[in-house]
Amino acid sequence: MIAVFMEKRDGKIKKSSLEALSEAKRRAGEMGVETAAILVGDAVADLAPAAFGRGAAKVYLIENNYLADYSSQAYALALAEFVREAKPAAIFFAGTAMGRDLAPRVAARLGAGLASDCVKIAVKAGALEFTRPIYAGKAFLSLTLRSTPKVATLRPNVFPLGEAVPGAGEVIKMDVTVPDGTVKGRVTEVIKEESAEVDVTEADMVISGGRGLKGPENFALLRDLAAVFPRAAVGASRSAVDSGWIGHSHQVGQTGKTVSPNLYIAVGISGAIQHLAGMSSSKVIVAVNKDAEAPIFKVADYGILGDLFEVVPRLKDELKKALAE
Amino acid sequence: MNILVFVKRVPDTESRIRIQHETKSIVEDGLNFVVSPYDEYAVEEALKLREAKGGTVRVVSVGKDEAVAVLRKCLAMGADEAFLVKDDSPETYDGLRTARIIARAVERKFAGTDLLLFGKQSVGADNSQVPAMVAELLGLPQATVVTKLEVEGTSATALREIEGGMEKVALALPAVVTAQKGLNEPRYETLKGIMAAKKKDIPVVKLEELGLGPDELASQVEVTGLDVPAQRQAGRILTGDPAETARELVRLLRTEAKVI
Repeated sequence: MIAVFMEKRDGKIKKSSLEALSEAKRRAGEMGVETAAILVGDAVADLAPAAFGRGAAKVYLIENNYLADYSSQAYALALAEFVREAKPAAIFFAGTAMGRDLAPRVAARLGAGLASDCVKIAVKAGALEFTRPIYAGKAFLSLTLRSTPKVATLRPNVFPLGEAVPGAGEVIKMDVTVPDGTVKGRVTEVIKEESAEVDVTEADMVISGGRGLKGPENFALLRDLAAVFPRAAVGASRSAVDSGWIGHSHQVGQTGKTVSPNLYIAVGISGAIQHLAGMSSSKVIVAVNKDAEAPIFKVADYGILGDLFEVVPRLKDELKKALAE
Repeated sequence: MNILVFVKRVPDTESRIRIQHETKSIVEDGLNFVVSPYDEYAVEEALKLREAKGGTVRVVSVGKDEAVAVLRKCLAMGADEAFLVKDDSPETYDGLRTARIIARAVERKFAGTDLLLFGKQSVGADNSQVPAMVAELLGLPQATVVTKLEVEGTSATALREIEGGMEKVALALPAVVTAQKGLNEPRYETLKGIMAAKKKDIPVVKLEELGLGPDELASQVEVTGLDVPAQRQAGRILTGDPAETARELVRLLRTEAKVI
């Protein structure tokens, strides 16, 4: 069995968890094993249909008042109990803030190996082979894990969602006791960014700005452009972030985030090697820059050589027109 | 309060990575090694906490002798003591192995620690595994990817970055916290600090002293391949009238690239 932890945010299963489930289903099919989803929380039974709808044959429900708010300690305990009972060959997590926080604890508790931030999973001679970027994507490492189970986190926005099909299957309820005193840390509050922007790691389109924008106020141009698309986010180069023009959660590159959207538009970004590492796996790259020698043009599928202050507003108008058609 | 900070020696972010295919490893010749950038935020946070609350800041690195250089940098920034846990094995990319070494070192050598600080990930292996694994092995709570940390008595509150917002995490100390960019602005070493750091002894903890069995030190990871990504090809550059180039770009994105 390949089991997938379903992350719940805002009362729904996160899209990246469904991506991980879809990938589990594909690989499990090759291995001739079944796929299961794990739901953890205080009342999560209503989310089971969504997991069945993406191909889970079984849904494990671990419901407990202690598990209402996320705590890495309590959740790791619950998932380790699940592994002892269900004995999966592998357990996948979405490589989100929660998945990256939780998966290592689960792996350590089980004495299992963990493949972080996978971008490709294959079955070779019956075993799972994981491929993941290192050095923020300057190199790719393929590995197998010696332990059972094998634990992996899957990078969001990389693995395609399987087709949604109405489905049903077996719901298995598991009781897990969280002894008093085990949990010494927990989330007490979730604070949403006011703008409710899509995160750069989860966006279909990322529009990033660099020093060429000349000042923080000009990020408004990029926000306007992003607003044209349904799931677009604004990113930034390290120099723009270090100049204080925009928060570091927007930074793309080796000391920021690695992104792989369908479309990446680099505006006024020269393309330092540490920036290129973070965005080179984007499907299509567009660069807008007035410097013909900028390294960004060497990786861009399309470039506009020109003044971004003239180009970007027109690009917005043209995109609007095209998307309205 | 007694703070331990864990740091790793890594190639700087300007490095071009080359592969040694026979050994499936990175070519280290010609690389410039530094303290992993996120670890610097961890060191800075420790120093700030010591300034506010007193106590000690001890810095630990697991690695080869060369890691002494990054430990000296941390001493020059102001850490009280530095220790090398000597591990001569090449990079395994296995977080669990390193976490077991660290957890055992904390139990055997650094009892009485209130706070264990790490960078949110090493720049390089990019695993983000070790800190949370150490927390689990030691039964400690954790807050990872933290941009704000407040310590009050025996508890702490951390703000951690999540998609599209922040999470507030309440922790009872001792705890594990990992630093994200934005937590603080790391200080530069002073000349006086650099001179003092040169004179400091950096004790070496041998792996054998930790009493870990061969099973615990075996890597769970078998590397089956290591490669650099295919170079992207430079594409088409549009020049001329801004309105026309914008129109042409949108046409290409729609009809040729088919992304919109």
